[in-house]
Amino acid sequence: MRAKRRLPGGPVGRPTVEAGGPVVVDAPIRARGLTKVYGDRTAVDRLDLDVRAGEIFGLLGQNGAGKTTTILMLLGLTEPTAGEARVVGLDPTRHPLEVKRRVGYLPDMVGFYGNLTGRENLRYTARLNRIPPAEAEVRIDEVLGQVDLAERADSRTDTYSRGMLQRLGIADALLKDPEILILDEPTASIDPLGVVEILRLLRRLVKERGMAILLSSHLLSQVQSVCDRVGIFASGRLIGLGTVDELAARFGGLATRLRVEVDPLVALDEGDFSDRLASIPGVSAVHRPGGPSDGWEVEVDPPGARDDVRRAVLRSMAEGDVPIVGISALVPSLDDIYRRALAETTAGGRAA
Amino acid sequence: MTADTLRLPTPAPRLGWATVAAKEFADHLLSIRFLVLTVVLGLAALVPLYFVADRIRSLASEVSGAQAVFLALFTISGQQDVAFLEVDRFVGLVAPLLGVAFAFDAVNGERHEGTLPRLLSQPIYRDDVINGKFVAGLAVIAVVLTSVILVIAGFGLLRLGLVPAPSEILRIAAWLVATYLYVALWLAFGLLLSVVLRRAATSALIAFGSWILVTIFGPLIVSTVARVVAPLSSATSDAEALSLLGLQQLISRILPSTLYEELTLVILNPAVTGVSTPSTLGQYFQAQQQIPTLLSLDQSLLLVWPQAVALVALIVVCFAAAYVLFMRQEVRA
Repeated sequence: MRAKRRLPGGPVGRPTVEAGGPVVVDAPIRARGLTKVYGDRTAVDRLDLDVRAGEIFGLLGQNGAGKTTTILMLLGLTEPTAGEARVVGLDPTRHPLEVKRRVGYLPDMVGFYGNLTGRENLRYTARLNRIPPAEAEVRIDEVLGQVDLAERADSRTDTYSRGMLQRLGIADALLKDPEILILDEPTASIDPLGVVEILRLLRRLVKERGMAILLSSHLLSQVQSVCDRVGIFASGRLIGLGTVDELAARFGGLATRLRVEVDPLVALDEGDFSDRLASIPGVSAVHRPGGPSDGWEVEVDPPGARDDVRRAVLRSMAEGDVPIVGISALVPSLDDIYRRALAETTAGGRAA
Repeated sequence: MTADTLRLPTPAPRLGWATVAAKEFADHLLSIRFLVLTVVLGLAALVPLYFVADRIRSLASEVSGAQAVFLALFTISGQQDVAFLEVDRFVGLVAPLLGVAFAFDAVNGERHEGTLPRLLSQPIYRDDVINGKFVAGLAVIAVVLTSVILVIAGFGLLRLGLVPAPSEILRIAAWLVATYLYVALWLAFGLLLSVVLRRAATSALIAFGSWILVTIFGPLIVSTVARVVAPLSSATSDAEALSLLGLQQLISRILPSTLYEELTLVILNPAVTGVSTPSTLGQYFQAQQQIPTLLSLDQSLLLVWPQAVALVALIVVCFAAAYVLFMRQEVRA
């Protein structure tokens, strides 16, 4: 049995030890066959999804892929056409208040009342969440500190930059001390340094409080470092699900590329060098992607031969006295995976 | 000890609308439009009042001993030949602005600012938002109207040295309620526009357009329509003429401003004993022969009860439409 309401100070979204014995808990977010149809357009098509406690799940896809619709259904702000969702074990359509009380949500392009200060805006949220005033003040200071806005807390929000509004939005979502955070495009319009800080904050929240975080983004490269697992979304369907590595392995064996960098200041017979790389057993292709400092890219087939190839490359370079400065495995970016997955699915769709 | 350990399981908030209303009300009171509208409405009342007071003083000898002199402050014209220079007409003209101004951007404003999804993701019911906003609007127009009417009354006390009789105070209170209903109708209408239209600028334009249409051109248009639909020239008998007149009056009551004018006329003037055209010749002659009397307030209210009910019904219709549409709308534009 799982207590419906959280006990004071109890861990969030995790089996409570006090309950005794091994406790099986639903994933904080679970969707089965979730579908939303607007008119003749299917925004979300039979989505199956689980987000576990203590993980950051990235919902990735282009604009209009159905990410926001999915999020709205999870919050009970839009009714699904078919299928069901469970958030903190509850159906958001039937228990929207309880779900909204326990889930922090940062909407896409979040806005605040410009005539109020950041602190006053948060105070309003606290009142809507029935947080007692004295406690609310403490929490407001806490969350403002977490997003590094304490100094500007008493300025009107119409003087805030887009990035500051975004951070205030995260503070706003954290105010109710949620078990789950759902963030729609949390890194949009934030400068690169700010993105790093926000992702670090999210990581810390997951670690310290065992929160489950679902975030959506169309900037794949920005969030790949922070997501434990990602789901790739295209025209309403989930076309890939897993860790970045798993997806990389699945979509086109991108994990098996090596980059060989050579000192660009030393003259080198490029043709000869390419041939030498290509002659190594296990190397299927050699590319010269860009300028001299980019080095060469070596594709390895089969993927398992990567380490052998690496050793062979090093040996061969040493023998030929090539001024090698680095050799590294190329981690495929989510952008690559996304492009491949999309190409593969659309190709598959056409073939079928 | 962290804040978290202090928190007890909280019941689902049942007064979400009150929180929304409190915030909106505070926003309204601090807004520039509150200040501007109070001043505009105050001036709209004070300008004719100035002339009216002079006229009453000049007529003082005639009116001494007359009944309901204090009410004359609201109802007689400041210039003998200029009919519109009356306090009640001025208030009737400007008051709709008050309703419209506090509602035209209630929902689409939040949508535009991007605050609506955030607000709706808080643990409140969706209708708490629109109910709270309507209540806040009702509260703020009550504040403005009450203070403006108190200013008028205070002005009368000071400048004329007139002390209203208890029955006059009651009539002014009743007029305040009637005005309040009329403004509330415009508030509900503004709220409806803010739900239907995506841009606050569009809804402001339509709201102010409707205001001008109804208060300035409305009577003109409606009376033209009435004359076309029920031309008196086609009447062959007096009885028929009377029924056509009745039809014309019915058509003119399409306008909420007509309803409000009739309410004002009867409530502020105890001498008015009827607002509807007599429907038979017998009634017509009866009215002609009636000895001028002053009605008590409850008798006056009986006369305009239908008008008051019609205003309330219109408010309910507008608000219900806004409510239903808001509940069915997608959170996203």
